Amino acid sequence: MFTFIDTLLIGLTSGAVYSLMAIALVLVWRSTRVVNFAQAGQALLSTYIGYECMGRFHSFWIALALAMILGAGVSALIEMLFMRTLFKRNTGPIAGVAPIIATLGLLGIIRGGIGIFMGGKETIIRPPLSNVGFTISGHTFALSPFKLVILSAVLIMMILLSLIFTKTNIGLALRASAYAPEIARLAGVKVDAIRTLGWAIAGAAGAAAGMLQTPNGTGALSPDSLEFSLLLVFGFIAAVIGGLESLVGAVIGGLLLGLVLAIVLMYVNATLLFMTAFVLLIVVLLVRPQGIMGKKAGRRA
Amino acid sequence: MTLIVSELCVDHGAIRAVDHVSLRIEQGQLAAVIGANGAGKTTLLRALSGLTPARSGSATWKGHDLLHSKPEKLVRFGVSHVSEGKSVIPELSVEENLNLGALWRRNAKESEQTRNKIFETFPRLEERAGQLADTLSGGERQMLAIGRALMAKPELLLLDEPSLGLAPLVIAQIFQSIRDLTTQMGLTVVLVEQNALGALEIADVGIVLNLGRIAATDRAQSLIENPQVRAAYLGY
Repeated sequence: MFTFIDTLLIGLTSGAVYSLMAIALVLVWRSTRVVNFAQAGQALLSTYIGYECMGRFHSFWIALALAMILGAGVSALIEMLFMRTLFKRNTGPIAGVAPIIATLGLLGIIRGGIGIFMGGKETIIRPPLSNVGFTISGHTFALSPFKLVILSAVLIMMILLSLIFTKTNIGLALRASAYAPEIARLAGVKVDAIRTLGWAIAGAAGAAAGMLQTPNGTGALSPDSLEFSLLLVFGFIAAVIGGLESLVGAVIGGLLLGLVLAIVLMYVNATLLFMTAFVLLIVVLLVRPQGIMGKKAGRRA
Repeated sequence: MTLIVSELCVDHGAIRAVDHVSLRIEQGQLAAVIGANGAGKTTLLRALSGLTPARSGSATWKGHDLLHSKPEKLVRFGVSHVSEGKSVIPELSVEENLNLGALWRRNAKESEQTRNKIFETFPRLEERAGQLADTLSGGERQMLAIGRALMAKPELLLLDEPSLGLAPLVIAQIFQSIRDLTTQMGLTVVLVEQNALGALEIADVGIVLNLGRIAATDRAQSLIENPQVRAAYLGY
């Protein structure tokens, strides 16, 4: 019984981090209709920024905040300098694919660049709070203070973003630009600036994912660490399972993926990890192609 | 405050959609642009609001160059465009669609006043304020699209086929509202319409486009009585 509860707890926390990554992917998809493969690279870069900040300020929390702010800045720059030009220059059949391939290229460039500058260095981010589980009546559960922080951070971010999207003018502009850019433009919304903002928020969410993922795993940070491959693949799968359009869907997708993977890890076999994720993806795509929270395919404005 | 278009040419790939069009629409006038499918009506309108780049020529209003400004900028100059096909966002509520039109003004109080005026003109929108625009009927969507454009307190209103796909009774209502709004708010309106007779009946002046060129331009009443226009566009 304890084993099962622990499995669920582990699944929820790792799933929460995938959710953050999925939120980032959904935000970019909604603002520019691009699946941003570079998101994991940006998260990696932001986590390195966070690591450097930790060395300077000796506080994980300040480093997390700075990584998110600078991660947002990097993401905004990528949209303004890179993606915008790409969209303008490309027309015809290649226009649909070019930006996606470009983000894949960007992922490679970021990883390679970090490898050149930071490769040889041993880089470890330790959790700011104990990652040893709480002990209740003799049993040490898989829920540690740090895991509790991860879960609350994801919850807070989701609530905050939902409020921004549904209750504020900026949120209305973000939604309108995502659903119908031309109408938004005619209504006076500066759609280009709003897109950059969408990328910036995504950059911050991805940075948070990287900063939480690393110390929750082994703590070792490297350009080709397993932790970031997990973020890239599972964040993407979580986003698609959730419907790619919905923030709530991204969170549900991430948590569901985390739970399923934890159960497989515990009760079946660790080698099936990636396979299980893809099987889950395919099952969702077959049974509910629009994703868990996606709307039925219909009229698109 | 006159809309002056001079020698405007717009290309659609290899095809010249608007061919040396010159026209002048005085302030407070409702101008109906009529013509067959493919006559270049929509392209003309899209060029005027900065959505489609022009090939050559000029278009100015209140001294602003319409052809080389982005649509989001033109809204700030008082130009509102309701694009073809009920330009509302179905995923947003009726109220959100309206608010969207006044976001750039950053004045919540004024927006609310404007919204209340629009609700007076279109009471149906007030009844359905909280509903998703997706749940509206075709006529209500058109009211919402016009309402959204009015939220910007425009002086020049560009309307693209507001009657498209609507029942005759609803069309009559929409046309009447457009006429009333033009007079009440002192708007200058360019109304592009397939429904030639309906549009000419409420318009002050009429412009007939044929294959991208101006075939006739006159007072709307004179066009209705013009035998050639009647035969070609009004069907009687």
